[in-house]
Amino acid sequence: MKIVVPIKRVIDPYIKVRVKADNSGVETNNVKMTINPFCEIAVEEAVRLKEQGIADEIIVVCAGEKQCREQLRTALALGADRAIHVDTHNNIEPLIVAKLLAAIVEQEKASLVITGKQSIDTDNNQVAQMLAALLDWPQATFASNISINQQQMEVVREVDGGLMTVTMTLPAVVSTDLRLNEPRFASLPNIMKAKRKSLDTISADSLGVEVTYSQTITEVTPPQARKSGVKVESVSELVDKLRNEAKVIV
Amino acid sequence: MKNLIIAEHDNHQLHADTLKVVSAATQTSQDNTLLVMGSQCDAVAQQASQIDGISQVICIDDPAYVHQFAESLAPTIANMAKEYQGVWCCSSSKGKDLAPRVAAKCGVGQISDIVQVIDENTFIRPIYAGNAFAKVTSHDDLRVVTVRASAFEVVECNNQVDIIYQQATPHSHSVELVSIDKTESARPELTAAEVVISGGRGVGSKENFALIEQLADKLGAAIGASRAAVDAGFVANDLQVGQTGKIVAPKLYIAVGISGAIQHLAGMKESKVIVAINKDPESPIFEVADYGLVGDLFEILPQLIEQL
Repeated sequence: MKIVVPIKRVIDPYIKVRVKADNSGVETNNVKMTINPFCEIAVEEAVRLKEQGIADEIIVVCAGEKQCREQLRTALALGADRAIHVDTHNNIEPLIVAKLLAAIVEQEKASLVITGKQSIDTDNNQVAQMLAALLDWPQATFASNISINQQQMEVVREVDGGLMTVTMTLPAVVSTDLRLNEPRFASLPNIMKAKRKSLDTISADSLGVEVTYSQTITEVTPPQARKSGVKVESVSELVDKLRNEAKVIV
Repeated sequence: MKNLIIAEHDNHQLHADTLKVVSAATQTSQDNTLLVMGSQCDAVAQQASQIDGISQVICIDDPAYVHQFAESLAPTIANMAKEYQGVWCCSSSKGKDLAPRVAAKCGVGQISDIVQVIDENTFIRPIYAGNAFAKVTSHDDLRVVTVRASAFEVVECNNQVDIIYQQATPHSHSVELVSIDKTESARPELTAAEVVISGGRGVGSKENFALIEQLADKLGAAIGASRAAVDAGFVANDLQVGQTGKIVAPKLYIAVGISGAIQHLAGMKESKVIVAINKDPESPIFEVADYGLVGDLFEILPQLIEQL
């Protein structure tokens, strides 16, 4: 079985982003970039499925400008077999990403796609569901456990109010939640080996996908700053402030 | 503009967040249809028919929709959407699962987790874990939107509109339910609670969470947690507050033993009043807290419980 794992290059999640002074976006120059954490979990899960003998080949895909090849190399070092870089703009919309992925999945005849549930920059949480819709495959979003037996997959999903376990027949699309696994670190020998793995760059045109935009971001603004608070000295002072100043308790 | 609003429900009870989605949708149009899809969900349709701002309720009741899987709902909604210019869902786990599938079936983009409606094409939504807000304009003929419930007020329920019952055209799909493990709790629901008490790594153990529970019971509060507390197994996953968990905006949020990482703040910094109890005076949580108390939570919480 072939698994396709889409990944995204994003600002490191531990960095506090700065909105540009002209409100056109957030500053990405000279900011540390990394694989989106949810995508890292997706790569790890695919590698584990390969280690269990369930998957034969893992293909990682990233759509964006040429710098995203760095993140593809990292995914190769983590255990992916080969990589496809779709050379396009960095900020293409989820529907276009889903169309590119659908074309690749069909070309590669993959039977499982594991994506992150959301990227931590745009926070959309859309690509997996859109891809599943385009392929007309079942979707198991927000997965915290995956087990595969032949063509049957059982997934535990994190939903509001608890956990939901579903089964579905492959092919299918899964999106990862944080608790699916603990991603490994790439070892130096694996980083060296990854340099020899195949990393192809292709165009969106070659996949028959027209890169269009259905939305425009006209302005990006920082959140309203909260008024700075006060430190209280004792529990009784806190209770007094909550009762009489903030009036949030009776 | 004609809106189709997807009701959030469990086949018995309409979820209160639907009232907030209606509130967002009515800012763009007065022509709002509420769609209830489920199995034996007539009680939900009855409740839905009373919501102010709704012009009609469409109810599609069929055993095939009992679990409301996106695979079976999306094709029907996408088909209906041809007559509408807006499809609106809650930004809940169901809505997030469903809306992008509907949008892709319709060949349009989707706008996630809006916190403000500017006009029928333009919305404000948080990006980068709420550290920036994007003003997004859609150029599609159909807008498929999910709504962050905590950012909108509920609408009243003094209405009485017609319920139109439609036949289902269930679509075959290969998803089967195995089980649902609900986190049982007598406390208010996290996203709707007026007061939320959250515990973090500092609470130390599952047993120590009893202190948080006692305080919550005293205040009629819901319980939340940081990722660290969930990962350590102190509480269930669905109580996680943050970028990847629940987004809450209660009147009062009390963070106990939580450092205040960016990802946690994303889920609670719109709360009206934030209280932080932490032994580390340098914790980032104090930067957003209206009232901070530095000290040992095991001394502070019992005192707090006693004084309330």
